[in-house]
Amino acid sequence: MSPRVDLTRVQVGDTLPEVADTIERLDLIRYAGASGDFNPIHWSDEIARAVGLPGVIAHGMYSMAVAARMVSGWAGDPAAIKRLKVRFSAMIEPGQTLTAKGEVAEVDNGRVLVRFHAEDEKGEKVLSKGEAELEL
Amino acid sequence: MPLNQALVGKAYPAISYEVGREKLREFAIAVGETDPIYHDEAAARAAGHPDLPAVPTFAVVLSLRAGQVVYGDPDLGLDYSRVVHGEQEFVYRRPIRAGDRLLASGKVAAAEAKGRHELLTLETEVTTEDGEPVCTVRATLLSRGTAPPRHGSGP
Repeated sequence: MSPRVDLTRVQVGDTLPEVADTIERLDLIRYAGASGDFNPIHWSDEIARAVGLPGVIAHGMYSMAVAARMVSGWAGDPAAIKRLKVRFSAMIEPGQTLTAKGEVAEVDNGRVLVRFHAEDEKGEKVLSKGEAELEL
Repeated sequence: MPLNQALVGKAYPAISYEVGREKLREFAIAVGETDPIYHDEAAARAAGHPDLPAVPTFAVVLSLRAGQVVYGDPDLGLDYSRVVHGEQEFVYRRPIRAGDRLLASGKVAAAEAKGRHELLTLETEVTTEDGEPVCTVRATLLSRGTAPPRHGSGP
């Protein structure tokens, strides 16, 4: 079963268990197929370089999904999540590990606000200004 | 070419989407989600879900399809090769789940210049065919270098 946090006992400053994901090229190809986002910058080095990228980069939404795993795994229930938002602030390439980190920022009458980000191995924020609102 | 501001507020025809269990499992696998509630019906029901729930970001699949209708509008003037994903937001009334018959309609929520670039916000409203609200998906795209020149700002 999933780990479940007791949302009635959550306190400001509580940290969420981090989720780390080493992104492989195959992950991006699989994500392209599952999501329907076939933008070639996520699977063709040739096309990615032609538009000025170092090579293929991960889908922003793949990174957001990794962060969402952290939030829903912590909450234990996707129905508790009422809002999820991120800014895409840097790109990440296959071979790199993305780590999602989050902390409870507000607790108000059964409503919990988590602020989170996801960073690469150098600590650069790939996702920033992440916000998740949860309700009991 | 700048985006056509006249299209802000325009709602486009909805696409329909029938949510299948295998599609939800495929998407959960693709994002590395191993929690059994997303894969096993018995585990989902035991956790209080009527059927397999979607992982939270699954709604992007519907928003991409609804977005194709909007981005494909030649009047909008969007050059997709100039686009970078800026922000993404989901507002949920309930999780999407297997068996849902959904409608997703896209709307140009905002188009504004930011320096030399433009920000385009696509808002997709997801409901059931019966009109029950399910979620709202907002994608903010950065259209690089397409802002109209401003007065006095030189060439």
